Amino acid sequence: MAMTIHVDIVSAESEIYSGLAELVVAPAELGEVGIAARHAPFLSRLKPGEARVKVSGGEVHPFYISGGLLEVQPHVVTILADTAIRAKDIDEAAALEAKRRAEELLADTSGKIDYARAQAQLAEAITQLRTLEKYRKGRA
Amino acid sequence: MAVGKEIRLKITSIKNTQKITRAMEMVAASKMRKTQERMQATRPYSRKIAQIIKHLATANPEYKHPFTLERPVNRVGVILISSDRGLCGGLNANLFRLALRRIRGWTEQNIGVRFGIIGQKGAGFFSSIGADISAQATKLGDRPHLENIIGVIKVLLDEYNEGTVDQVHLLYNEFVNTMTQRPRLVQLLPIHTEDIVADRQHQWDYIYEPDAKDVLDQLLVRYVESLVFQGLVENNACEQAARMVAMKSASDNAGKLIKEFQLIYNKARQAAITQEIAEIVGGAAAV
Repeated sequence: MAMTIHVDIVSAESEIYSGLAELVVAPAELGEVGIAARHAPFLSRLKPGEARVKVSGGEVHPFYISGGLLEVQPHVVTILADTAIRAKDIDEAAALEAKRRAEELLADTSGKIDYARAQAQLAEAITQLRTLEKYRKGRA
Repeated sequence: MAVGKEIRLKITSIKNTQKITRAMEMVAASKMRKTQERMQATRPYSRKIAQIIKHLATANPEYKHPFTLERPVNRVGVILISSDRGLCGGLNANLFRLALRRIRGWTEQNIGVRFGIIGQKGAGFFSSIGADISAQATKLGDRPHLENIIGVIKVLLDEYNEGTVDQVHLLYNEFVNTMTQRPRLVQLLPIHTEDIVADRQHQWDYIYEPDAKDVLDQLLVRYVESLVFQGLVENNACEQAARMVAMKSASDNAGKLIKEFQLIYNKARQAAITQEIAEIVGGAAAV
């Protein structure tokens, strides 16, 4: 029986695969790499592509990953998969969107925001009334 | 018999409310189970990434990433995670109270605060008190995805890189158990390397592709993202748990009210009957 290595494929949202494998093939940034047991410590970024886990018995499990990181220790391989394709401009667009929403929120003095303020004022008024009532009861 | 019509109406109305709160309780209970599973599912990733950072810190101590460097603090950034919807007890209120207390503390030290806000309730509250909000993401639903919050995180990280803010904190509700949720403030940046650096005895280093700096850059960003995302799913689990408890006590209270009104109603009815009999008897005696 060939030497096996432990493989964990995880994404931020869930665990995708965990088990023993004879060989792990991953799309590293500078080209596809194959990792077998007792590989030297290795750390690389991953491109979007297919990772394959070859388990003992010759069966191969393919996984599509949209980029991430690959970490190799002599007996453990970890693939930290991104949950979606990440590129600089996509991230940038997301950031701009978040900023825009914040500005909108600050500019928007009508509708929902006023509602939140009104709610706060209502709560305040209710507490004041309650204190007044208590005070009255105390005097009566 | 027209006795106690108002009371009867009131009882019916409370019963209807109780039906709603009970339904909400059950929905929250089933959602809570799912959110808790999701919370568990995020753990392996953050554990792994923390491990790698630990390895890196021991293996490669000469390269200092800006994310690990302390600097004098003029302004802090806070990523605040709140729920999108209300009716979940004091969950958000407790969180905001902690936030306000910290803001006061910072203001006393002349430190400005900028916010990145996740969740409708936080957005409403902090815009109404006139906080400095630089990014927000709302309406994430019960199954939030990392992509939904990347924007907010990136804005804060960029501000950190540009020097607009000198620390980044994360504020969210920590899920202790179903009955207890605790607001929690953690520092995201700079990353406390002292906690991470464990031992330097085993000297070894990775083979990097393409090089150490690039890999580390991406790794630290992913690390921060995973922490925030974990905060988000944890806050979600808190929300459902808090709602379940709040709705349960609302249903119980409605039950108590119904009992009270039922008693009043019965008494009124009995009094009416007694009076009627007395009148009939009185009338018969007079004949």
